[in-house]
Amino acid sequence: MKRLSTDRLWAIAVLTPSVILLAVFVYGFIFRTAYTSLTDWGNDPAQAFSLTPIIRFIGLQNYHDLFTSNLNVRFRQDLVSTLFFTVFFIVGCLGLGLSMALLLDRNPKAEGLWRTIFLFPMSLSFIVTGTIWRWMLQPQGGLNQLFHLNPASNGWLTSRDSVWSFDWNKLPLITATIVGLVLLWVAWLAFRDGQRTRTWVALGCAALLLLWALVIGPNVKLLPAPELHGFNIAFIGIIIAAIWQMSGYTMALYLAGLRGIPEELREASRVDGANEWNTYRHVIFPLLAPITLSAMIILGHISLKIFDLVFAMTGPDNGPTDVPALLMYITSFRQNALAVGAAIGTVLLLLVAVIIIPYLFSQFKTQEGHA
Amino acid sequence: MKKSIKNALVITAALGLTAQALAAGKIEIFSWWAGDEGPALAALIKLYETKYPSVKVDNAAVTGGAGTNAKAVLKTRMLGGDPPDSFQAHAGQELTGTWVVANRMEDLSSLYKSEGWSSKFPKAVIDLISYKGGIYSVPVDVHRSNVMWYVPANLKKWGVSAPKTWHDMLTVCTTLKAKGVATPLVMGENWTQQMIWESIATAMLGTKGWNDLWSGNLKFTDPKVVSTFSMYGNILDCANKDASGLSWQQATDRMLAGQAAFNIMGDWAAGYMTTTKKLKPGTDFAWSASPSTNGVFIMLADSFGLPKGVKNRAEVVNWLKVLGSKQGQDAFNPLKGSIAARTDSDLSKYGAYSQSAAKDWKKNTIVGSMVHGAAAPESFTSGFGSVNDDFVSNRDAKAAAQASQDLADKSRIGM
Repeated sequence: MKRLSTDRLWAIAVLTPSVILLAVFVYGFIFRTAYTSLTDWGNDPAQAFSLTPIIRFIGLQNYHDLFTSNLNVRFRQDLVSTLFFTVFFIVGCLGLGLSMALLLDRNPKAEGLWRTIFLFPMSLSFIVTGTIWRWMLQPQGGLNQLFHLNPASNGWLTSRDSVWSFDWNKLPLITATIVGLVLLWVAWLAFRDGQRTRTWVALGCAALLLLWALVIGPNVKLLPAPELHGFNIAFIGIIIAAIWQMSGYTMALYLAGLRGIPEELREASRVDGANEWNTYRHVIFPLLAPITLSAMIILGHISLKIFDLVFAMTGPDNGPTDVPALLMYITSFRQNALAVGAAIGTVLLLLVAVIIIPYLFSQFKTQEGHA
Repeated sequence: MKKSIKNALVITAALGLTAQALAAGKIEIFSWWAGDEGPALAALIKLYETKYPSVKVDNAAVTGGAGTNAKAVLKTRMLGGDPPDSFQAHAGQELTGTWVVANRMEDLSSLYKSEGWSSKFPKAVIDLISYKGGIYSVPVDVHRSNVMWYVPANLKKWGVSAPKTWHDMLTVCTTLKAKGVATPLVMGENWTQQMIWESIATAMLGTKGWNDLWSGNLKFTDPKVVSTFSMYGNILDCANKDASGLSWQQATDRMLAGQAAFNIMGDWAAGYMTTTKKLKPGTDFAWSASPSTNGVFIMLADSFGLPKGVKNRAEVVNWLKVLGSKQGQDAFNPLKGSIAARTDSDLSKYGAYSQSAAKDWKKNTIVGSMVHGAAAPESFTSGFGSVNDDFVSNRDAKAAAQASQDLADKSRIGM
C-alpha cells in the first residue's frame, strides 16, 4: 500500500508540469482566442496595436459578419474549398494507400525497398513538398514540359474555373435536407433492429427538419444577393501534392492491418468456397474498418488545418486556392483585424472538434466495453 | 569539480562585463532586407559603425519578400511590449495607419528641424509620413511603381511602339494578338496585378482624384472609379491567364524572352535586369511611364521610425540621422537599385535607369502607391487583394467598386 502511494506521488509529480503547461498553453489559449473572437479588437486601427487598447465585447458579431457580410466572401469560399479538399484528400489517400498496401501484401520482390519508397514522401515537411510540386506544376514547369502541354490551357495552380457551384443562400436548406435524410436512414436502421423509441425519435426529428427545409428553408436569406461557391479547379494541384505526401502513411497503416489478419481466416474463407475478391470483400475489408476510421481522423484534421503546403505552393494571396488557416494569418497579421482572425481560428477549431470528438467518444466507449 | 564550475562562472561574468563595457551602446535594426537587399543594408550599417564605433549593431532581418513574414514578427513583438529599436515600414499609411494612430511612434519633427530635412525631402513625401502635424519616419529610398518595361528590338520586329495611353494599349494589344503574340501584357501574382489597376486609376482619375480617393472625398462607387475597373478588365484581356503562378521576376522574364511585349512593374525590375540578367539599359530593355501617367510618379518608400519606449533611444536617433543624410542615402540606394528620397543626391553614383528616375522624382507630381502601403492603410490594402482576386475572376466592375467602398468604410478611410 505504501509503495503504491509513493508510486502515485511520483506519477503526480512527473505529470504535473505537463498538465500545467497543457492547461495554460493549450486550453488557456483556446479560451483566450475564443474570448478575443467575441470582441472588436482590431476593428479600430487606433486600438489594434495600442499599448493599452480599448477592447469592447461585441458578442457573436464577428461570426455573424463572417457568414453573412459582403466583405467576407473569401471566408465562405474558403470553407467550401476546405470541405472539397478534405473529401478528395481523404478519398485519394485511402484509395491510393489501400492499393499500395494490397500490392505489397502479395509479397513482391524487394518489398522493403518499395515500402521505403512509398513511405518516403512522409518524411518531408509540407513546405518542402509544396516547393517541389510548385516547380512541377508551374505554368512553364515540369509537368507541362514533360507532357508537352500548353501552359495557357493547363493551369494546374492558376486556373480560375470552378465546378459544382451552389448558392450560399441555400446553405440552410441544403444542410437541413442532408441532416434530415441522414436521420431518416438512422430511423430505418433502428426500425430494422426493432428499437421502437429510437425509430420514432429519429423519424420525428427527420420529419421536422425536412418540413422546415421544404416550407421555411427556401425563404431564409443569409445574403441579399446570390453568391456562388464551388470547387476551384486550381485546388487539384494542391490535392495531388497532399495525396503524394500522405498516401504512404495510409499504406503503412493498412499494411500493418493486413499483416495482422491471421492466415487461418483467409484459409477458412477459401475452404468455404470464396474466391479472392469475396475474401477481400467479406473478410479482409471489414477487418480493416477501424484502420480506415483512424486514418480518416488523422487525415481529416490535417486537411482542415492545412497551411504550409498551400503557402508554399501558391502563396497567401491567391483566392482560388485559399484555405481558412491562411486567411486567419492574413486577417490577423496583415489586416490587423485580430478579433476576426480569432473568430476564424475558433471556427477551424470547431470543425476539427466535429471530426475528433465523436472519434474520442467511440474510443472511450470501446475501451469501457473491453474493461 | 565544484571549484571549476565556480571559476567558469566567474570568468563568464567577467567576460560579460567587459563585453558590455566595450560596447557603450547597442541598437537592434529590424527589417526584411535579407536577400538581394542585404548588401545595401550592410553598407548602411557599416557607415553607421564607422561614425559610432562604440555601438554594437544587431541586424535583425527577417526573410520574406515585401516583409510578409517580418511584419507578422514585428506585430507580435510590439504586442508583447518588446519593440525593436528601429524597424522598417513602408512610408505612408502602412506606418501611420498602423503604428502612429496606435500612439506607438515618436514625433520626429524636431529631428527634421535640426537636420534641415524639411527642404531636402519633397513636400509630397513629408505629407505622406505626417500625421496630425507630426512627422513620423525617415524615408531611406524611393521606388516608382508606374513603369512599363519592354524590349525595343521586339517592338520593332512586331512593328508597334510603346503605347502612350491606355486606349493606345488596347489598340496595340489587338495588333499584337493579330500577329500571334498571345499575351501583349504580362503580369504576375496578385500584387503585381493590383499595380496595373493602380496605374490605370491614377491615369483615369488624375492625381487629385487619386488623392481624393484616399482622403475619402471621392467614393469608390463613383462612376469614374467604376470605369477604372472596367478599363482594368479590358486590359486584363490582353494579359496572361496563368498570372497567379508567376513571380514578378518570372513575368519580367517572359517579357525579355519575347513571349510578351510589355510588363508593368516597379523599378526594382531595372535592378533585376541590369544586375541579375546583365542586360544593358536602353538597348536590351527600355522603359516609359505606364500609359497615361507621364509626369506622375507613383512612389513607395522604405522608412524607419522611432518606436516609443525603446531602450537605446540616443543610438536610434543617430541611426535615423545617418539614414536621412546624403551620404547614407547615396551609400544605400545604388546597391538597392532605388533612388534617394532626398532631392540633392549624387547622381553619378547611380545607373542609367536610376538617373532618369531621379530626374522624374524632382519634376513630376508625386503620389503614393496603394499597393505598397503609401496611400492606404494595411487593412485596406490587404482586403483589396481579395477584391482584385474576385474581379479577375468575375470582371464585375460595379461589384468591385462596391466592395472597395465597403472596405474603405471598414478601414475608416476619410474618417
